[in-house]
Amino acid sequence: MRVAYWPGCVSRGFTPELHGAMAKVAPLLGIELIELDRAACCGAGVIAEHNPELADTLNARTFALAQQTDGELMMNICSTCQGAQSECQSRLDASTEYREHINGTLAEEGLRYEAHITNKNLLWVLVEDIGLDTLRSLVRRPLTDLRVGPFYGCYIVRPVARLGIDDEHPRDRYLQMVIEALGGTVVDYAGAYKCCGFPIVTMNKQASLTMAGRNVADAIDEHADCLVVPCPLCHLNLDLQQPAAAGVVGRELGLPVLHLPQLLGLAFGLNPHQLGMGKHVVRPTSVIDWSNAVLAASAATAHP
Amino acid sequence: MAEYTLKIRRADPSRGVVAHWESHSVELRESASVLDAILQVKDERDGSIGIRCSCQQGICGSCAVRINGKPGLACNTHLEEAARRDNGVTIQVEPLGNMPVIRDLIVDMDAVHWKKIRRVTPWLLAKQPVPEREYVVPHEAMVDVTQSMACIQCGACVSDCLSMEVDREFIGPAALAKAYRFVGDPRDGEQAERLYDLSNDPHGLYDCTHCFNCIDACPKGVAPMSQIMRLRRIAGSDQKIEDRNNGYRHEQAFVKNIRRNGLLHEADLLPDSYGGKMHPRAVPELIRSLPTVLTALARGKVTLFKALGHPHKAPKEVRRIFDTIESRPERIELNLYVSGIEDEPLRAARTDEPTPIHLPPLEEDAE
Repeated sequence: MRVAYWPGCVSRGFTPELHGAMAKVAPLLGIELIELDRAACCGAGVIAEHNPELADTLNARTFALAQQTDGELMMNICSTCQGAQSECQSRLDASTEYREHINGTLAEEGLRYEAHITNKNLLWVLVEDIGLDTLRSLVRRPLTDLRVGPFYGCYIVRPVARLGIDDEHPRDRYLQMVIEALGGTVVDYAGAYKCCGFPIVTMNKQASLTMAGRNVADAIDEHADCLVVPCPLCHLNLDLQQPAAAGVVGRELGLPVLHLPQLLGLAFGLNPHQLGMGKHVVRPTSVIDWSNAVLAASAATAHP
Repeated sequence: MAEYTLKIRRADPSRGVVAHWESHSVELRESASVLDAILQVKDERDGSIGIRCSCQQGICGSCAVRINGKPGLACNTHLEEAARRDNGVTIQVEPLGNMPVIRDLIVDMDAVHWKKIRRVTPWLLAKQPVPEREYVVPHEAMVDVTQSMACIQCGACVSDCLSMEVDREFIGPAALAKAYRFVGDPRDGEQAERLYDLSNDPHGLYDCTHCFNCIDACPKGVAPMSQIMRLRRIAGSDQKIEDRNNGYRHEQAFVKNIRRNGLLHEADLLPDSYGGKMHPRAVPELIRSLPTVLTALARGKVTLFKALGHPHKAPKEVRRIFDTIESRPERIELNLYVSGIEDEPLRAARTDEPTPIHLPPLEEDAE
């Protein structure tokens, strides 16, 4: 499938390994990425807080650029982008008059947003468009005995109604479903649906890092080997800031945090270095044996 | 009728009874409420179960509890809906979070919720001079504040506030929504003072972490987080209150960053949120962040070129959008609470066509 691909800012900024890992796993998943390289930041809720019309216009522009491609849908790899864009879309789709007003601003650039774009995080695409059966068939190195804690990020699970989470689309269970499809073990712990703390790191660092530290500690207490996140902003607070968070909560942490495409790539037998796993602050040593055991294991699976 | 397992979290700290679960099997209609089930058990099997309740119609707000992990009113949560959150049979009921338990499902609202409500001066400080007759206010302004006026003070949002979980002093969603009820009221005369106070409180306006829990928790659609964002918008964008929590500076730094770069340039955001790289506020913070920055550089997450240079520039169309919208004399905001959503069934029901009512024939007529 061809998708209009919105990588977001942070996957090309402070977590470049995410963008790289996505590029590596996309061909294996049969996803052709048409990157929206002229689009701007979704605003991460901050621009909407400053001026909702500005956030709505920037995202309408991104949607319009996506609609100009021949992609089946628009795909992002960031919970925060998903949530911030869904919020803007809810306003744009609610009123023809308002949408036309926004389109008036876009007209100068020859762009126009038509209501009801389908914009999905990779996680949703995996379950709803690619399917768990296909995912299982792609596994070359099952994540057997790997205990993975799902960490969603607020923006992709709340508000439930805006994100289309219902009995038919249990999107708040998809990470668990994907971990199991890849052969891993889901760790049930207190933090899966909590906040990583990133949005207030400059306003109240103590509270922000307490959130990050406690979430990681809760997963460690349930014997997790690693966390998996569909959001690079969560990754910043849970991985980059983990040593600082350990200081704030007063205990040793050291839990690796993987981006969703990295977890996929590992199960598909890709080289962990190719997936950028050397770029993490907390070295993912519990996930993989850096002496290339993964490659050995994947070769063993491929040629039993 | 259906059979459910009602698991109630019991505790009585005053008598040294530690928290434990007690299970009861109940048989009730699927459409009966969780409160119906609790009261049935209390009436028929164990009168000592502690729960506050009064109206049983979702109005008084006294029976808020956590039901299968979600806060809400026991009286307006159907058993079937509650059980569906688990295995279809089990309904776990526990007291609200973030507040001390007095007994069983009763929490100390005074110690947390009401204390925070009082903190925001929850009454109108009338604009002077007070007119001889009533104030005349625009309809839309009042519809806007009715959203926060819909609050029934049940505490469901307080229960699951993730900021309050780590910072007990956070004023919190219910009280801040209440604050907006007056800041947004055209009759209030002390909006600026209220905003100055709330934005400079280190546990105030800027302590909300955008987790959306309060929006999903509220049984009345108050959307406390949206009210907090309105408060920030008026404090920051309109009144330009430079608070000591970096809230206003962070917002300004973020907007400037995107206008310039199109994509977020993280290396600038942190120092700019503290007032700029050379600002006395920023220097100690940057020194504290040095280990984090150095690790990021060592791991190759960030290169010096990326951190110090500006590898991407916003396309001129993006800058034009910023300039066009930022130069409007008045901010344009679509408030879905006021405007409603097109094509919604509710809107369709409001058309002038009267809805035909079909009454079943009376038994005599049918003969």
